[in-house]
Amino acid sequence: MWVWFHKFGSPRYFYDFAGRCIPWLGAACALLMAVGLYLGLFVAPPDYQQGESYRIIFIHVPSAWMSMFVYVVMASSGAVVLIWRVKLAEIIASVSAPLGASFTFLALATGSLWGKPMWGTWWVWDARLTSELILLFLYFGFMALEAAIEDKRTAARATAILSLVGVINIPIIHYSVYWWNTLHQGATVTKMDTPSIHLSMLVPLLLMAVAFQLYYATVLLIGTRTELLSRERRTRWVAEVIRNS
Amino acid sequence: MEPSTLTALWALMRRDLTLAYRHRSELLNPLLFFVIVVSLFPLGISPEAKTLQTVAPGVVWVAALLANLLSLDLMFRTDFEDGTLERFLLSPHPLPLLVLAKTAAHWIVVALPMIVFAPVLGQLMFLRPDAYWALLATLILGTPVLSLIGGIGMGLTVGLRRGGVLLSLLILPLYVPVLIFGATAVDAAGAGLDVSGHLSFLGALLLLAITLAPLATSAALRVSLS
Repeated sequence: MWVWFHKFGSPRYFYDFAGRCIPWLGAACALLMAVGLYLGLFVAPPDYQQGESYRIIFIHVPSAWMSMFVYVVMASSGAVVLIWRVKLAEIIASVSAPLGASFTFLALATGSLWGKPMWGTWWVWDARLTSELILLFLYFGFMALEAAIEDKRTAARATAILSLVGVINIPIIHYSVYWWNTLHQGATVTKMDTPSIHLSMLVPLLLMAVAFQLYYATVLLIGTRTELLSRERRTRWVAEVIRNS
Repeated sequence: MEPSTLTALWALMRRDLTLAYRHRSELLNPLLFFVIVVSLFPLGISPEAKTLQTVAPGVVWVAALLANLLSLDLMFRTDFEDGTLERFLLSPHPLPLLVLAKTAAHWIVVALPMIVFAPVLGQLMFLRPDAYWALLATLILGTPVLSLIGGIGMGLTVGLRRGGVLLSLLILPLYVPVLIFGATAVDAAGAGLDVSGHLSFLGALLLLAITLAPLATSAALRVSLS
Protein backbone atom coordinates (compact mmCIF):
# COMPACT_ATOMS: atom_id res chain seq x y z
CA MET A 1 0.00 0.00 0.00
CA TRP A 2 2.82 2.38 0.85
CA VAL A 3 4.53 1.70 -2.42
CA TRP A 4 1.33 2.64 -4.16
CA PHE A 5 1.04 5.75 -2.01
CA HIS A 6 4.50 6.95 -2.93
CA LYS A 7 4.14 6.07 -6.57
CA PHE A 8 0.82 7.83 -6.78
CA GLY A 9 2.22 10.87 -5.02
CA SER A 10 5.04 11.26 -7.49
CA PRO A 11 4.23 14.11 -9.88
CA ARG A 12 5.54 12.33 -12.93
CA TYR A 13 3.43 9.21 -12.42
CA PHE A 14 0.35 11.17 -11.51
CA TYR A 15 0.67 13.38 -14.56
CA ASP A 16 0.56 10.39 -16.91
CA PHE A 17 -2.08 8.55 -14.92
CA ALA A 18 -4.38 11.58 -14.80
CA GLY A 19 -3.88 12.18 -18.49
CA ARG A 20 -5.13 8.67 -19.22
CA CYS A 21 -8.12 9.02 -16.86
CA ILE A 22 -9.44 12.36 -18.06
CA PRO A 23 -11.09 11.26 -21.35
CA TRP A 24 -12.89 8.37 -19.62
CA LEU A 25 -14.08 10.43 -16.70
CA GLY A 26 -15.16 13.25 -18.98
CA ALA A 27 -17.09 10.92 -21.28
CA ALA A 28 -18.81 9.19 -18.36
CA CYS A 29 -19.71 12.58 -16.91
CA ALA A 30 -21.21 13.80 -20.20
CA LEU A 31 -23.18 10.57 -20.64
CA LEU A 32 -24.61 10.51 -17.12
CA MET A 33 -25.41 14.22 -17.21
CA ALA A 34 -27.24 13.85 -20.51
CA VAL A 35 -29.28 10.88 -19.28
CA GLY A 36 -29.90 12.51 -15.89
CA LEU A 37 -31.04 15.79 -17.43
CA TYR A 38 -33.27 14.00 -19.92
CA LEU A 39 -34.92 11.87 -17.22
CA GLY A 40 -35.17 14.85 -14.89
CA LEU A 41 -36.47 17.43 -17.34
CA PHE A 42 -38.66 15.32 -19.65
CA VAL A 43 -39.50 11.97 -18.06
CA ALA A 44 -40.04 12.74 -14.37
CA PRO A 45 -43.60 13.91 -13.69
CA PRO A 46 -44.26 17.46 -12.43
CA ASP A 47 -44.61 17.79 -8.66
CA TYR A 48 -48.22 17.99 -7.50
CA GLN A 49 -47.44 20.97 -5.30
CA GLN A 50 -44.61 22.79 -6.99
CA GLY A 51 -45.37 22.06 -10.63
CA GLU A 52 -42.45 22.24 -12.99
CA SER A 53 -40.25 24.53 -10.96
CA TYR A 54 -39.10 21.75 -8.64
CA ARG A 55 -36.96 20.44 -11.51
CA ILE A 56 -34.18 22.78 -10.45
CA ILE A 57 -33.35 20.30 -7.69
CA PHE A 58 -31.56 18.18 -10.29
CA ILE A 59 -28.93 20.93 -10.36
CA HIS A 60 -29.43 22.39 -6.92
CA VAL A 61 -29.14 19.32 -4.73
CA PRO A 62 -26.07 17.81 -6.44
CA SER A 63 -24.24 21.14 -6.23
CA ALA A 64 -25.12 21.49 -2.55
CA TRP A 65 -23.78 17.98 -1.92
CA MET A 66 -20.65 18.75 -3.90
CA SER A 67 -20.09 22.01 -2.04
CA MET A 68 -19.65 20.05 1.18
CA PHE A 69 -17.86 17.11 -0.40
CA VAL A 70 -15.20 19.34 -1.96
CA TYR A 71 -14.49 21.01 1.38
CA VAL A 72 -13.93 17.59 2.92
CA VAL A 73 -11.58 16.72 0.06
CA MET A 74 -9.68 19.95 0.72
CA ALA A 75 -9.43 19.25 4.42
CA SER A 76 -8.28 15.66 3.83
CA SER A 77 -5.61 16.82 1.41
CA GLY A 78 -4.76 19.46 3.99
CA ALA A 79 -4.12 16.72 6.54
CA VAL A 80 -1.94 14.88 4.01
CA VAL A 81 -0.03 18.12 3.36
CA LEU A 82 0.64 18.68 7.04
CA ILE A 83 1.57 15.09 7.85
CA TRP A 84 3.48 13.89 4.79
CA ARG A 85 4.19 17.13 2.90
CA VAL A 86 2.94 15.55 -0.31
CA LYS A 87 3.18 18.11 -3.11
CA LEU A 88 0.32 16.53 -4.99
CA ALA A 89 -2.05 17.03 -2.07
CA GLU A 90 -1.10 20.70 -1.95
CA ILE A 91 -2.11 21.07 -5.56
CA ILE A 92 -5.34 19.11 -5.13
CA ALA A 93 -6.43 21.36 -2.27
CA SER A 94 -5.52 24.47 -4.19
CA VAL A 95 -7.32 23.42 -7.37
CA SER A 96 -10.37 22.24 -5.40
CA ALA A 97 -10.99 25.56 -3.68
CA PRO A 98 -12.39 27.54 -6.63
CA LEU A 99 -14.34 24.48 -7.77
CA GLY A 100 -15.92 24.07 -4.36
CA ALA A 101 -16.71 27.76 -4.24
CA SER A 102 -18.40 27.49 -7.63
CA PHE A 103 -20.52 24.55 -6.49
CA THR A 104 -21.49 26.51 -3.39
CA PHE A 105 -22.37 29.54 -5.46
CA LEU A 106 -24.37 27.39 -7.86
CA ALA A 107 -26.29 25.87 -4.96
CA LEU A 108 -27.07 29.34 -3.58
CA ALA A 109 -28.02 30.77 -6.96
CA THR A 110 -30.30 27.88 -7.93
CA GLY A 111 -31.76 27.92 -4.43
CA SER A 112 -32.74 31.54 -4.72
CA LEU A 113 -34.05 31.06 -8.26
CA TRP A 114 -36.27 28.31 -6.89
CA GLY A 115 -37.18 30.41 -3.87
CA LYS A 116 -38.57 33.30 -5.90
CA PRO A 117 -41.64 31.46 -7.26
CA MET A 118 -41.95 29.14 -4.22
CA TRP A 119 -41.35 31.44 -1.28
CA GLY A 120 -41.98 34.73 -3.04
CA THR A 121 -38.52 36.09 -2.19
CA TRP A 122 -35.04 35.57 -3.53
CA TRP A 123 -33.62 35.02 -0.12
CA VAL A 124 -34.82 33.51 3.14
CA TRP A 125 -32.66 33.17 6.24
CA ASP A 126 -33.34 29.49 6.13
CA ALA A 127 -30.89 27.30 8.04
CA ARG A 128 -29.55 25.52 5.00
CA LEU A 129 -29.20 28.64 2.89
CA THR A 130 -27.43 30.41 5.72
CA SER A 131 -24.95 27.66 6.40
CA GLU A 132 -24.31 27.34 2.68
CA LEU A 133 -23.56 31.08 2.58
CA ILE A 134 -21.11 30.73 5.45
CA LEU A 135 -19.51 27.82 3.61
CA LEU A 136 -19.01 30.15 0.66
CA PHE A 137 -17.28 32.63 2.98
CA LEU A 138 -15.02 29.84 4.21
CA TYR A 139 -14.04 29.05 0.62
CA PHE A 140 -13.32 32.71 -0.03
CA GLY A 141 -11.18 32.86 3.11
CA PHE A 142 -9.21 29.85 1.92
CA MET A 143 -8.57 31.38 -1.48
CA ALA A 144 -7.73 34.80 -0.05
CA LEU A 145 -5.17 33.31 2.33
CA GLU A 146 -3.65 31.30 -0.47
CA ALA A 147 -3.39 34.37 -2.67
CA ALA A 148 -1.84 36.44 0.13
CA ILE A 149 1.13 34.14 0.76
CA GLU A 150 3.74 34.34 -1.93
CA ASP A 151 5.60 31.08 -1.45
CA LYS A 152 3.31 28.31 -2.69
CA ARG A 153 4.50 25.64 -0.29
CA THR A 154 4.06 27.90 2.73
CA ALA A 155 0.66 28.90 1.40
CA ALA A 156 -0.29 25.24 1.09
CA ARG A 157 0.56 24.53 4.72
CA ALA A 158 -1.22 27.64 5.99
CA THR A 159 -4.37 26.89 4.00
CA ALA A 160 -4.19 23.27 5.13
CA ILE A 161 -4.44 24.41 8.74
CA LEU A 162 -7.30 26.73 7.82
CA SER A 163 -9.22 23.97 6.04
CA LEU A 164 -8.82 21.62 9.00
CA VAL A 165 -10.10 24.31 11.37
CA GLY A 166 -12.94 24.89 8.93
CA VAL A 167 -13.91 21.25 8.66
CA ILE A 168 -14.19 20.98 12.43
CA ASN A 169 -16.29 24.12 12.47
CA ILE A 170 -18.66 23.33 9.62
CA PRO A 171 -20.85 20.90 11.60
CA ILE A 172 -20.86 23.28 14.56
CA ILE A 173 -21.84 26.19 12.33
CA HIS A 174 -24.45 24.11 10.57
CA TYR A 175 -26.17 22.95 13.72
CA SER A 176 -25.98 26.31 15.46
CA VAL A 177 -27.53 27.97 12.43
CA TYR A 178 -30.16 25.27 12.37
CA TRP A 179 -30.98 25.86 16.00
CA TRP A 180 -30.96 29.62 15.61
CA ASN A 181 -33.36 29.36 12.71
CA THR A 182 -35.85 27.16 14.53
CA LEU A 183 -35.65 29.49 17.51
CA HIS A 184 -36.32 32.57 15.48
CA GLN A 185 -38.71 31.61 12.79
CA GLY A 186 -40.58 28.56 13.92
CA ALA A 187 -42.20 26.83 10.99
CA THR A 188 -41.04 28.49 7.80
CA VAL A 189 -41.84 27.34 4.33
CA THR A 190 -39.08 24.79 3.98
CA LYS A 191 -40.53 22.02 1.90
CA MET A 192 -37.40 20.19 0.92
CA ASP A 193 -37.56 18.05 4.04
CA THR A 194 -39.93 15.51 2.50
CA PRO A 195 -38.49 12.17 3.59
CA SER A 196 -39.69 10.15 0.63
CA ILE A 197 -39.17 11.03 -2.97
CA HIS A 198 -40.66 9.21 -5.88
CA LEU A 199 -38.39 6.85 -7.78
CA SER A 200 -38.91 8.70 -11.06
CA MET A 201 -37.39 11.76 -9.42
CA LEU A 202 -34.80 9.94 -7.33
CA VAL A 203 -33.12 8.18 -10.28
CA PRO A 204 -32.30 11.37 -12.23
CA LEU A 205 -31.24 13.05 -9.00
CA LEU A 206 -28.75 10.30 -8.21
CA LEU A 207 -27.54 10.22 -11.82
CA MET A 208 -26.94 13.95 -11.66
CA ALA A 209 -25.13 13.56 -8.33
CA VAL A 210 -22.74 11.01 -9.83
CA ALA A 211 -22.34 13.19 -12.94
CA PHE A 212 -21.36 16.14 -10.74
CA GLN A 213 -18.82 13.97 -8.94
CA LEU A 214 -17.34 12.93 -12.27
CA TYR A 215 -17.30 16.53 -13.44
CA TYR A 216 -15.39 17.53 -10.33
CA ALA A 217 -12.95 14.66 -10.79
CA THR A 218 -12.37 15.55 -14.44
CA VAL A 219 -11.81 19.25 -13.86
CA LEU A 220 -9.72 18.54 -10.78
CA LEU A 221 -7.41 16.27 -12.77
CA ILE A 222 -7.09 18.78 -15.61
CA GLY A 223 -6.33 21.57 -13.16
CA THR A 224 -3.88 19.42 -11.23
CA ARG A 225 -1.99 18.48 -14.38
CA THR A 226 -1.64 22.13 -15.39
CA GLU A 227 -0.58 23.18 -11.92
CA LEU A 228 1.91 20.30 -11.77
CA LEU A 229 3.56 21.47 -14.96
CA SER A 230 3.71 25.01 -13.68
CA ARG A 231 5.12 24.17 -10.25
CA GLU A 232 7.59 21.57 -11.52
CA ARG A 233 8.67 23.58 -14.54
CA ARG A 234 12.33 23.40 -13.57
CA THR A 235 12.44 19.61 -13.42
CA ARG A 236 13.64 17.25 -16.09
CA TRP A 237 10.40 15.32 -16.48
CA VAL A 238 8.46 18.45 -17.37
CA ALA A 239 11.06 19.31 -19.97
CA GLU A 240 10.60 15.82 -21.41
CA VAL A 241 6.84 16.13 -21.45
CA ILE A 242 7.04 19.46 -23.22
CA ARG A 243 9.55 18.15 -25.76
CA ASN A 244 7.43 15.10 -26.56
CA SER A 245 4.19 16.99 -26.96
CA MET B 1 18.48 25.10 35.48
CA GLU B 2 15.44 25.20 33.23
CA PRO B 3 12.46 26.88 34.81
CA SER B 4 9.40 24.64 34.94
CA THR B 5 6.71 25.09 32.30
CA LEU B 6 4.31 26.48 34.84
CA THR B 7 6.79 29.18 35.86
CA ALA B 8 7.36 29.99 32.22
CA LEU B 9 3.65 30.35 31.53
CA TRP B 10 3.18 32.56 34.55
CA ALA B 11 6.15 34.70 33.54
CA LEU B 12 4.81 35.01 30.01
CA MET B 13 1.41 36.09 31.20
CA ARG B 14 2.89 38.60 33.61
CA ARG B 15 5.10 39.97 30.86
CA ASP B 16 2.14 40.44 28.50
CA LEU B 17 0.04 42.08 31.18
CA THR B 18 2.88 44.40 32.16
CA LEU B 19 3.45 45.34 28.54
CA ALA B 20 -0.24 46.07 28.11
CA TYR B 21 -0.25 48.14 31.28
CA ARG B 22 2.69 50.20 30.04
CA HIS B 23 0.74 51.00 26.88
CA ARG B 24 -2.44 51.97 28.62
CA SER B 25 -3.72 54.22 25.85
CA GLU B 26 -3.59 51.37 23.33
CA LEU B 27 -5.42 49.23 25.81
CA LEU B 28 -8.31 51.60 25.83
CA ASN B 29 -8.86 51.49 22.06
CA PRO B 30 -10.83 48.22 21.77
CA LEU B 31 -13.08 49.33 24.61
CA LEU B 32 -13.71 52.71 22.97
CA PHE B 33 -14.40 50.99 19.69
CA PHE B 34 -16.93 48.74 21.42
CA VAL B 35 -18.73 51.73 22.92
CA ILE B 36 -18.70 53.77 19.72
CA VAL B 37 -20.02 50.97 17.53
CA VAL B 38 -22.92 50.33 19.88
CA SER B 39 -23.76 54.02 20.07
CA LEU B 40 -23.91 54.19 16.28
CA PHE B 41 -26.95 51.92 16.18
CA PRO B 42 -29.45 54.28 17.83
CA LEU B 43 -28.26 56.92 15.36
CA GLY B 44 -28.60 54.55 12.43
CA ILE B 45 -31.82 52.75 13.35
CA SER B 46 -33.98 54.82 15.64
CA PRO B 47 -33.69 56.25 19.15
CA GLU B 48 -36.96 54.60 20.09
CA ALA B 49 -36.64 52.35 23.12
CA LYS B 50 -38.85 49.62 21.72
CA THR B 51 -36.90 49.21 18.50
CA LEU B 52 -33.56 49.29 20.26
CA GLN B 53 -34.72 46.78 22.82
CA THR B 54 -35.35 44.15 20.18
CA VAL B 55 -31.95 44.54 18.53
CA ALA B 56 -29.96 45.17 21.73
CA PRO B 57 -28.60 41.60 22.28
CA GLY B 58 -27.43 41.28 18.72
CA VAL B 59 -25.92 44.76 18.58
CA VAL B 60 -23.93 44.40 21.78
CA TRP B 61 -22.71 40.97 20.73
CA VAL B 62 -21.72 42.01 17.21
CA ALA B 63 -19.89 45.03 18.62
CA ALA B 64 -18.03 42.85 21.12
CA LEU B 65 -17.11 40.48 18.32
CA LEU B 66 -15.78 43.24 16.07
CA ALA B 67 -13.85 44.87 18.90
CA ASN B 68 -12.27 41.51 19.63
CA LEU B 69 -11.41 41.00 15.97
CA LEU B 70 -9.71 44.39 15.68
CA SER B 71 -7.71 43.83 18.82
CA LEU B 72 -6.25 40.50 17.70
CA ASP B 73 -3.27 42.37 16.30
CA LEU B 74 -2.14 42.97 19.88
CA MET B 75 -1.73 39.25 20.43
CA PHE B 76 1.26 38.44 18.19
CA ARG B 77 2.09 41.46 16.04
CA THR B 78 4.67 43.26 18.18
CA ASP B 79 6.22 39.97 19.30
CA PHE B 80 6.56 39.02 15.66
CA GLU B 81 8.15 42.31 14.72
CA ASP B 82 10.80 42.34 17.44
CA GLY B 83 11.58 38.64 17.10
CA THR B 84 10.22 37.52 20.47
CA LEU B 85 7.90 35.11 18.72
CA GLU B 86 10.84 33.18 17.32
CA ARG B 87 12.19 32.81 20.83
CA PHE B 88 8.89 31.25 21.85
CA LEU B 89 9.12 28.77 19.01
CA LEU B 90 12.62 27.83 20.10
CA SER B 91 11.77 27.55 23.78
CA PRO B 92 11.79 24.10 25.38
CA HIS B 93 8.25 24.59 26.66
CA PRO B 94 5.32 23.32 24.61
CA LEU B 95 4.22 26.04 22.22
CA PRO B 96 0.45 25.37 22.56
CA LEU B 97 0.67 26.13 26.28
CA LEU B 98 2.59 29.33 25.62
CA VAL B 99 -0.08 30.30 23.10
CA LEU B 100 -2.74 29.57 25.69
CA ALA B 101 -1.01 31.85 28.20
CA LYS B 102 -0.76 34.63 25.63
CA THR B 103 -4.42 34.21 24.73
CA ALA B 104 -5.39 34.39 28.38
CA ALA B 105 -3.44 37.62 28.77
CA HIS B 106 -5.08 38.99 25.64
CA TRP B 107 -8.50 38.10 26.99
CA ILE B 108 -7.80 39.84 30.30
CA VAL B 109 -6.55 42.95 28.53
CA VAL B 110 -9.19 43.22 25.82
CA ALA B 111 -12.34 41.34 26.76
CA LEU B 112 -12.51 41.83 30.50
CA PRO B 113 -12.93 45.63 30.30
CA MET B 114 -15.61 45.13 27.67
CA ILE B 115 -17.49 42.69 29.89
CA VAL B 116 -17.32 45.16 32.78
CA PHE B 117 -18.61 47.89 30.51
CA ALA B 118 -21.32 45.84 28.79
CA PRO B 119 -24.11 46.62 31.32
CA VAL B 120 -23.67 50.34 30.61
CA LEU B 121 -24.14 49.65 26.93
CA GLY B 122 -27.14 47.54 27.83
CA GLN B 123 -28.60 50.66 29.42
CA LEU B 124 -27.92 52.68 26.28
CA MET B 125 -29.72 50.06 24.22
CA PHE B 126 -32.63 49.65 26.69
CA LEU B 127 -31.81 45.99 27.24
CA ARG B 128 -34.55 44.18 29.16
CA PRO B 129 -33.72 44.03 32.87
CA ASP B 130 -33.89 40.23 32.97
CA ALA B 131 -31.26 39.97 30.27
CA TYR B 132 -28.32 41.59 32.06
CA TRP B 133 -27.00 38.53 33.81
CA ALA B 134 -27.36 36.53 30.61
CA LEU B 135 -25.38 39.20 28.74
CA LEU B 136 -22.58 38.97 31.30
CA ALA B 137 -22.64 35.16 31.40
CA THR B 138 -22.56 34.77 27.63
CA LEU B 139 -19.79 37.34 27.27
CA ILE B 140 -17.71 35.61 29.95
CA LEU B 141 -18.13 32.24 28.22
CA GLY B 142 -18.07 33.49 24.64
CA THR B 143 -15.28 36.06 24.43
CA PRO B 144 -12.51 33.56 25.32
CA VAL B 145 -13.69 31.45 22.38
CA LEU B 146 -13.38 34.50 20.15
CA SER B 147 -9.84 35.15 21.36
CA LEU B 148 -8.87 31.50 20.92
CA ILE B 149 -10.25 31.23 17.38
CA GLY B 150 -8.85 34.65 16.56
CA GLY B 151 -5.44 33.41 17.62
CA ILE B 152 -5.51 30.85 14.80
CA GLY B 153 -6.24 33.55 12.24
CA MET B 154 -3.61 35.81 13.72
CA GLY B 155 -1.09 32.98 13.62
CA LEU B 156 -1.81 32.42 9.95
CA THR B 157 -1.59 36.08 8.95
CA VAL B 158 1.05 37.45 11.31
CA GLY B 159 3.77 37.22 8.69
CA LEU B 160 1.79 39.08 6.06
CA ARG B 161 2.15 42.81 5.69
CA ARG B 162 -1.50 43.60 5.08
CA GLY B 163 -3.19 40.91 7.10
CA GLY B 164 -6.00 43.01 8.57
CA VAL B 165 -8.86 42.56 6.12
CA LEU B 166 -7.74 39.04 5.33
CA LEU B 167 -7.87 38.19 9.02
CA SER B 168 -11.51 39.23 9.25
CA LEU B 169 -12.34 37.19 6.16
CA LEU B 170 -10.76 34.11 7.71
CA ILE B 171 -12.12 34.51 11.20
CA LEU B 172 -15.60 36.03 11.01
CA PRO B 173 -17.32 32.93 9.56
CA LEU B 174 -15.84 30.90 12.41
CA TYR B 175 -17.28 33.35 14.95
CA VAL B 176 -20.83 32.58 13.83
CA PRO B 177 -21.74 29.88 16.40
CA VAL B 178 -20.56 32.04 19.30
CA LEU B 179 -22.55 34.99 18.03
CA ILE B 180 -25.66 32.87 17.57
CA PHE B 181 -25.60 31.33 21.01
CA GLY B 182 -24.51 34.52 22.74
CA ALA B 183 -27.11 36.79 21.18
CA THR B 184 -30.02 34.34 21.28
CA ALA B 185 -29.32 33.55 24.94
CA VAL B 186 -29.56 37.23 25.84
CA ASP B 187 -32.69 37.51 23.73
CA ALA B 188 -34.27 34.47 25.38
CA ALA B 189 -33.36 35.64 28.88
CA GLY B 190 -35.01 38.98 28.12
CA ALA B 191 -38.17 37.10 27.18
CA GLY B 192 -38.03 35.18 30.46
CA LEU B 193 -37.04 31.86 28.91
CA ASP B 194 -34.60 29.30 30.22
CA VAL B 195 -31.11 29.79 28.78
CA SER B 196 -29.20 26.96 30.44
CA GLY B 197 -29.07 25.17 27.08
CA HIS B 198 -27.41 28.15 25.39
CA LEU B 199 -24.93 28.52 28.21
CA SER B 200 -24.06 24.82 28.14
CA PHE B 201 -23.43 25.06 24.44
CA LEU B 202 -21.19 28.11 24.87
CA GLY B 203 -19.34 26.25 27.63
CA ALA B 204 -18.87 23.28 25.32
CA LEU B 205 -17.54 25.56 22.59
CA LEU B 206 -15.14 27.08 25.11
CA LEU B 207 -13.80 23.68 26.17
CA LEU B 208 -13.42 22.61 22.56
CA ALA B 209 -11.63 25.84 21.68
CA ILE B 210 -9.30 25.60 24.69
CA THR B 211 -8.27 22.08 23.73
CA LEU B 212 -7.91 22.47 19.97
CA ALA B 213 -7.32 26.13 19.10
CA PRO B 214 -3.85 26.47 20.72
CA LEU B 215 -2.66 23.45 18.72
CA ALA B 216 -3.87 25.03 15.48
CA THR B 217 -2.39 28.39 16.43
CA SER B 218 0.99 26.82 17.16
CA ALA B 219 0.97 25.01 13.84
CA ALA B 220 -0.01 28.27 12.13
CA LEU B 221 2.79 30.19 13.86
CA ARG B 222 5.32 27.57 12.83
CA VAL B 223 4.18 27.92 9.22
CA SER B 224 4.23 31.73 9.38
CA LEU B 225 7.74 31.81 10.82
CA SER B 226 9.23 29.06 8.68
